[in-house]
Amino acid sequence: MSLLEVEDLRISFPTRQGPVEVVRGVTFSLGRERLGIVGESGSGKSQTGRAILGLTPPPGKATAKRLEFDGIDLRDASAARWRSLRGIRLSMVMQDPKFSLNPVMTIGRQLIEAARRTSSRSESKDRAMAMLEAVQIRDPARVFKAYPHELSGGMGQRAMIAMMLITEPDLLIADEPTSALDVTVQIEVLRILDRLVNERGMGLIFISHDLRLVSSFCDRVLVMYAGQVVEEVKASELKQAQHPYTQGLYNCLPRIEGGQRPLPVLQREAGWAV
Amino acid sequence: MTRREWLLSDYPQSRRQARAGQSYRTWLALKSNRLAMVGLWIVLALVAMAIFAPLIAPYDPLIGGDLRLDRLQPPSWEHLMGTDDLARDIFSRVMHGARLTLMVVALVAVIATPIGLTIGTTAGYLGGWVDVVLMRVTDIFLAFPRLILALAFVSALGPGIENAIIAIALTSWPPYARLARAETLTIRDSDFINAARLQGASRLRILWGHVTPLCLSSVIVRVTLDMAGIILTAAGLGFLGLGAQPPQPEWGAMIAGGRRFIIDYWWVATMPGIAIFVVSLGFNLLGDGLRDVLDPKAVK
Amino acid sequence: MAEFAPKVGGRGSALSFWLWKAVKLVLTVAVTFLGLLLITFLISHVMSVDPVLRVVGDRASQSTYDAMYLQMGLDKPIWQQFWIYLQKVLSGDFGNSFLTKKPVMGDIARAFPATLELATVAILIGTLVGVPVGVWSAVKAGKAFDQIVRVLGLVGYSAPIFWLGLLGLLVFYANLQWVAGPGRIDIAYEYSFTSVTGLMLLDTAMQGEWAAFGNAFSHIILPASLLGYFSMAYISRMTRSFMLAELAQEYVTTARVKGVPEWRIIWVHALKNAAVPLVTVVALSYAGLLEGSVLTETVFAWPGLGLYLTNSLQVADMNAVLGGTLVIGAIFVGLNLLSDLLYSLLDPRVRRRVRK
Repeated sequence: MSLLEVEDLRISFPTRQGPVEVVRGVTFSLGRERLGIVGESGSGKSQTGRAILGLTPPPGKATAKRLEFDGIDLRDASAARWRSLRGIRLSMVMQDPKFSLNPVMTIGRQLIEAARRTSSRSESKDRAMAMLEAVQIRDPARVFKAYPHELSGGMGQRAMIAMMLITEPDLLIADEPTSALDVTVQIEVLRILDRLVNERGMGLIFISHDLRLVSSFCDRVLVMYAGQVVEEVKASELKQAQHPYTQGLYNCLPRIEGGQRPLPVLQREAGWAV
Repeated sequence: MTRREWLLSDYPQSRRQARAGQSYRTWLALKSNRLAMVGLWIVLALVAMAIFAPLIAPYDPLIGGDLRLDRLQPPSWEHLMGTDDLARDIFSRVMHGARLTLMVVALVAVIATPIGLTIGTTAGYLGGWVDVVLMRVTDIFLAFPRLILALAFVSALGPGIENAIIAIALTSWPPYARLARAETLTIRDSDFINAARLQGASRLRILWGHVTPLCLSSVIVRVTLDMAGIILTAAGLGFLGLGAQPPQPEWGAMIAGGRRFIIDYWWVATMPGIAIFVVSLGFNLLGDGLRDVLDPKAVK
Repeated sequence: MAEFAPKVGGRGSALSFWLWKAVKLVLTVAVTFLGLLLITFLISHVMSVDPVLRVVGDRASQSTYDAMYLQMGLDKPIWQQFWIYLQKVLSGDFGNSFLTKKPVMGDIARAFPATLELATVAILIGTLVGVPVGVWSAVKAGKAFDQIVRVLGLVGYSAPIFWLGLLGLLVFYANLQWVAGPGRIDIAYEYSFTSVTGLMLLDTAMQGEWAAFGNAFSHIILPASLLGYFSMAYISRMTRSFMLAELAQEYVTTARVKGVPEWRIIWVHALKNAAVPLVTVVALSYAGLLEGSVLTETVFAWPGLGLYLTNSLQVADMNAVLGGTLVIGAIFVGLNLLSDLLYSLLDPRVRRRVRK
């Protein structure tokens, strides 16, 4: 049975010139697998991720023919229903720990706040420490007491992952989890994320603009362009992608071997956006 | 092409059209803010009142009626706001008071803006020890609460409306200097200033010809935002007997005059207070709207 | 893997950071204070039309005038006059008041507690009401509540405080008789307790004189509420804009993802961050109350610094005016300093920052 069913998801924002749809009819389903969503900025990939958590920023509005998580209809879920899902069964890792961690609360307090959703006060601290160890932080006691600005980016993102996985959710959305990190740290963090997701057998939606990263990390890839899914492929079959946009994206990646001059540039066609 | 289309064109043909279009858009945004429009109407009404005071006012503001019959009369059709202890028509006095208020606001703006602008741009453009000294002076002026410093100035200069204006102006410029300096710092290193420098323009020329005009608009907006504060400070000085002297119909002084009878003859002190309140509310509403329009960060 | 170690500063570097900060603060304050003195000196010795005439009056004979001229040191060069002035002021000598014939410093010390009490009650009202109101109007931005608060705030900014005070006395004292009238306390209670701190609410409460406390309270509540209203207008407006900025931050989304209840997101997560700049705002409006107190005290015959200042102004008592101005300026500087320090204490980013 699938974990998440999304059918005809639309997200629109009102502007002075009338409503603008940033996501226009996205449909997909997800089991306990790793799904990548790739697209350039403004393609609606992040908004799709947020809509699944019911976090479309006002005044935006998300509508769908179907939005079901584990058989629960999320479309008109009450605030209480959302609260019972978020943090416990649904979770999200965001882009930059510099902004996504509360600057005036210690890492420990923020972790415990998350852990308290499913465990008692006395257990929470132990769980938090265990989780910090699980994301391969060598000195958990120290990080526990630290404020976010005292951590490096990679360290902050590990703490973020720890916080989001502490309740062992069924579905994790990772929205560009490594884009703000140094290249050298990216792989580390991804490896940790990969291992935890595998161990716990949860579903993962990995949102990124980096096609190669996504293809190496996910089972399936959705390619989004201008608010629509233009192609859905297995990660292993990316080379055989049909849509010219996907091919374009794929071919744009510079390769170390065989210098191509001039570097290929994505040629857009107006027809893709229709 | 209608004038509106010309103004809202996405492809302005000349600098003038672009600038006019920009102002028009600001105006449209301001117009859609109902409270700001209320403020604008109040301010316009103040100006009209000041200009046409002798025509609107039914009585002389300084010479009262019969002291035996017309003293301290409650508001009626004959005396819309009643009369004071010297049998003068309060409505007429309030109308004429608009002139004084407008004069104070205008003069303070005219004196304080150039001081603040000059000090701020000079400090910002020259930098170094000039900047340190000028900003230190500015900070010291800011270290006094405005009204208190104005009181001290007036106490030295002697009471009177001219001295009150000077005192308020002397205490108003520091925020403008701060603002002008901040603006100058962002302009100072831009390419067109460097270009002017390379063409051999003197420092003074760059300062007056290039930097100051660019700082002017934001400083003027800031001054507009401060006008309600200026009115209240002037009224406060008047209330303490340090601003306009009797028999001038200054609103603050009129409240002070009516203070003694507040319990039995409430209108004497209440009416001029309403005038101060409405006018400064008008400036505040307008300023609030302007801030929303001109500072996109504040919108929401 | 060194880069993964938390960048927590050692004790030594933190200490030198504080030391450096303290030295800088002391210097700034010293320069500012010197500037304050220079301004008051210029006002009294240079701008003043004829300081001697002020003292002796215009009926004095030429010889009296000349004697006073010399006594005031006006024959000396200006920098020397400033030096003398500086020495006097720094030793706490503001001269004698022409009005009370007593040293200005003593007068100010007697008047100060009244102002302190009034301003403190006012800032308590302003903060305790202003912060929650500001938070809530940020949460309800653009809704009816927000609009009403915005208009009420603008009304607060626009009404002359002395006028509101008069109307307040008219309505709540004369007509409704809900509160006591001008002054700090009725004469009947004035000697029922001993003045220890000079703060009547505190003194009466400590000595268990509840009747006197009630009387003092009914005297202070109207002027304090008025002043509180003005600071509330400012505090709620700033709270709103800080909260709007914080609620748009990514960490708020994180908290929502974690399933933190909305009230906790608002009142704990966001407000804790907004509190850091809010401290400055509260300190500044506390200082601003000194300004408002001049007019309020005049209306309510409240025997504080403000009333002392205006009474001295009426009779052109320069020593008293400048002494009062200087003291208020110094308090202003002190409060600014305090807000700076509190800022560093509240914000962990500043608190533990190690010098680069």
